[in-house]
Amino acid sequence: MTGDHARLGEALLDVRGLTKIFGTLRACDGVDLTISKGEIHALLGENGAGKSTLVKMLFGSLEPNAGEILWRGKPVRITSPNAARQLGIGMVFQHFSLFEALTAAENIALSLASDTPISTIAAKAQALSHSYGLPLDPYALVGDLSVGERQRIEIIRCLLQTPDLIILDEPTSVLTPQEADRLFETLERLRGEGKSILYISHRLEEVKRMCDRATVLRHGKVVGHCDPQQETAASLARMMVGSEVHEIVREPAKGAEAAAVLLEVDHLDRAPATPFSIPLRDVSLSVRAGEVIGIAGVAGNGQGEFFEAISGEATQARADTVSIRGENVGLMGISGRRLTGAAFVPEERLGHGAAPAMTLSENLLLSRHATDDKAFLGSAGTVLTGALATAARRINEMMDVRKSAEDPAASALSGGNLQKFIIGRELDRKPAVMIVNQPTWGVDAGAAAHIRQALIELARAGSAVLVISQDLDELFEISDAIAVMHNGELSKPIPIADATFEKIGLLMGGAEPGHVPHEQRMEVA
Amino acid sequence: MGITEAILLTIATAATPLLLAAIGELVVERSGVLNLGVEGMMLMGAVAGFGMALTTGQPWLGILAGALAGTLFSLLFGFLALTLVTNQVATGLALTLLGIGLSGMIGEAFVGQPGVKLGALDIPVLSDLPLVGRLLFGQDPMFYISLLLTGGVMWFLFRTRAGLTLRSVGDSHSSAHALGIKVVAIRYLAVMFGGACAGLAGAQLSLVYTTQWIENMTAGRGWIALALVVFASWRPWRVLAGAYLFGAITIAQLHIQATNLSDLASWPAPLYWLAELVKSIPSQFLSALPYLATVVVLVLISRNRRLTMMNTPASLGRPFVPDR
Repeated sequence: MTGDHARLGEALLDVRGLTKIFGTLRACDGVDLTISKGEIHALLGENGAGKSTLVKMLFGSLEPNAGEILWRGKPVRITSPNAARQLGIGMVFQHFSLFEALTAAENIALSLASDTPISTIAAKAQALSHSYGLPLDPYALVGDLSVGERQRIEIIRCLLQTPDLIILDEPTSVLTPQEADRLFETLERLRGEGKSILYISHRLEEVKRMCDRATVLRHGKVVGHCDPQQETAASLARMMVGSEVHEIVREPAKGAEAAAVLLEVDHLDRAPATPFSIPLRDVSLSVRAGEVIGIAGVAGNGQGEFFEAISGEATQARADTVSIRGENVGLMGISGRRLTGAAFVPEERLGHGAAPAMTLSENLLLSRHATDDKAFLGSAGTVLTGALATAARRINEMMDVRKSAEDPAASALSGGNLQKFIIGRELDRKPAVMIVNQPTWGVDAGAAAHIRQALIELARAGSAVLVISQDLDELFEISDAIAVMHNGELSKPIPIADATFEKIGLLMGGAEPGHVPHEQRMEVA
Repeated sequence: MGITEAILLTIATAATPLLLAAIGELVVERSGVLNLGVEGMMLMGAVAGFGMALTTGQPWLGILAGALAGTLFSLLFGFLALTLVTNQVATGLALTLLGIGLSGMIGEAFVGQPGVKLGALDIPVLSDLPLVGRLLFGQDPMFYISLLLTGGVMWFLFRTRAGLTLRSVGDSHSSAHALGIKVVAIRYLAVMFGGACAGLAGAQLSLVYTTQWIENMTAGRGWIALALVVFASWRPWRVLAGAYLFGAITIAQLHIQATNLSDLASWPAPLYWLAELVKSIPSQFLSALPYLATVVVLVLISRNRRLTMMNTPASLGRPFVPDR
């Protein structure tokens, strides 16, 4: 892994001036990219930089408006995913393209050449998965599998087509650190076999660790080619963002041990609501004024169910399972819990966090129709539009929400900007307890730093903050202690001074299941 | 021919159009398309089949014409719902309304005319077997075709690659598209198959079940077929069972209404009481039974969310626009 260009073989794929236009947006604007045989090439960029558009064109899902693609030196037109596969390009999708109601083997069969006998696929898939150390049950229904297992199916499916170029779109965002390590081993092995890999990620440490070369995109344009080994994470981030990313400042919480417990979850159990959801088992947790507690875990281990239970989207059987500021709220719905001074930011922005077709100010009104002294409602229940508009403007300015109109519909905003608005909407209430699920998922680095800093400041001003996130870097940046959720059970929180990636990663993988009553937490601290 | 045998034969004849239409709609829905135009397509099949048989004197040509008319009519739905991506529910309803009107207009000249009957097969020797002989070996060809189609669909959906592809499109059209599967083309084929089956079902009504053309002669069978697909939770063999159950209900209802209780005086007491009880139920209630049964089944299967998710095509009725 020297990044020495001379070591790399001849060009396998050569992309010249590739352009894709959606309406007035130039999603990809004259992109050049060269991938050699036997290299792992990183594609870096912020959300919306055009990475996904570029790989979709390489895989034949989108048709470029201009530019050419050379494969082994010959110009080609990739008109469909089948054409891409025939050339020898395989893809592992970011949002998995799997069929939940079909078995693993059936899922694999669907992407193989149509003359492959279906009866032999299960055996082949099993053999291949074992040889790469990615065990897989071909007869399992995909709907029953974890995210990590689903990704294995995607990878096996891709490898069975014996591609020369494998495109991986943010493959580690859903994996535990240990699972990611296993993936890296697989990728190293594939490189050793002479295959090329186009690796899309925004995790710069990974890129530095594995990739031979990197191409950085910003606003649809290539802003640079570089050797990740020669760069630092900070310099790579600068290239991606185009400006310095502010470091998060987190002063240690003072006197948190003595502060009042504002959020208390006491032996919470929850039966699964759907066949694919996770039951919660005996979850206990307390968050004190002034501290940020992080909850780590691989997606689909009960974090969503846990959030629903605390926010009141799902109510409990006993009133004292959840208490906010000393009040037992287990039987209350969302509005009741918000009235006690809590604020919630769900993971899903459109549909949960905001009503997509309604404007930002209407969404603001919806979230405060019952709380905050009904500040936006007049005596007869009429809407005070002036006060509403002022508050919406205040929030948008505070969070630097970029929008195309004064008061656009929620669905017209990009995911990151909408998240800024939703977080701002809740922060604006100065909540005593703030619970956030995936605060910066899909948000670009600059805005993410802004959101994280705001959460820390809220805590230091005397609120209790609970953050559920899949992004370990984020949790390490902002938390005073991190607990791990695995298979519906919550570990005891580990104080940040004692927490390491390895420790948390083992817990995420379920190495140390079981839960310890929250009283013991202080002994560790 | 005993009375039991006769009743069983009529049940089979009543169940066959339900089975034909429902098995076609099952394939359509498995591909993720909801075509509520079954009733309209059946009527088009019925009038085309009747007209063709009447003018040529060939019942088989009538059957073919019925299937063809159903297919053509379903293409109209396909063009609107798949190519122009209109709302599937509204388009399906419009197709039914159009089918009722159009078939009535075309069939105006046929009203009151004696039709041509597609006769029953009579396989020698076998059809003379006691009890099951006529039932299994002396039926009309549409009976055998409906059973063959059911078996064929079962084999196709769960044993062939093409069937797997079709189910995958119904489960997630975006995933299928990402893999390079031609979602719209597959749905067109499924919709056409559904149209052909509905057309066959209609032709069976006007060439086998009755041999005449009456306006709106399907009398809600298309809706029963639609309910049947849900009732069967998208499983072919359950469609078969359901079609015969609903067919039996229809025939039972007719027989009960035609029978005088005094004729049954010789029956054993419990049977007599049962007949008395059934006869006291209003006939409208019996006509509504298939729908009621479907509602009950829907409630029952929705209690088991896992089963529902496994069998219900997840993309059912959702519009699909490929991005290029």
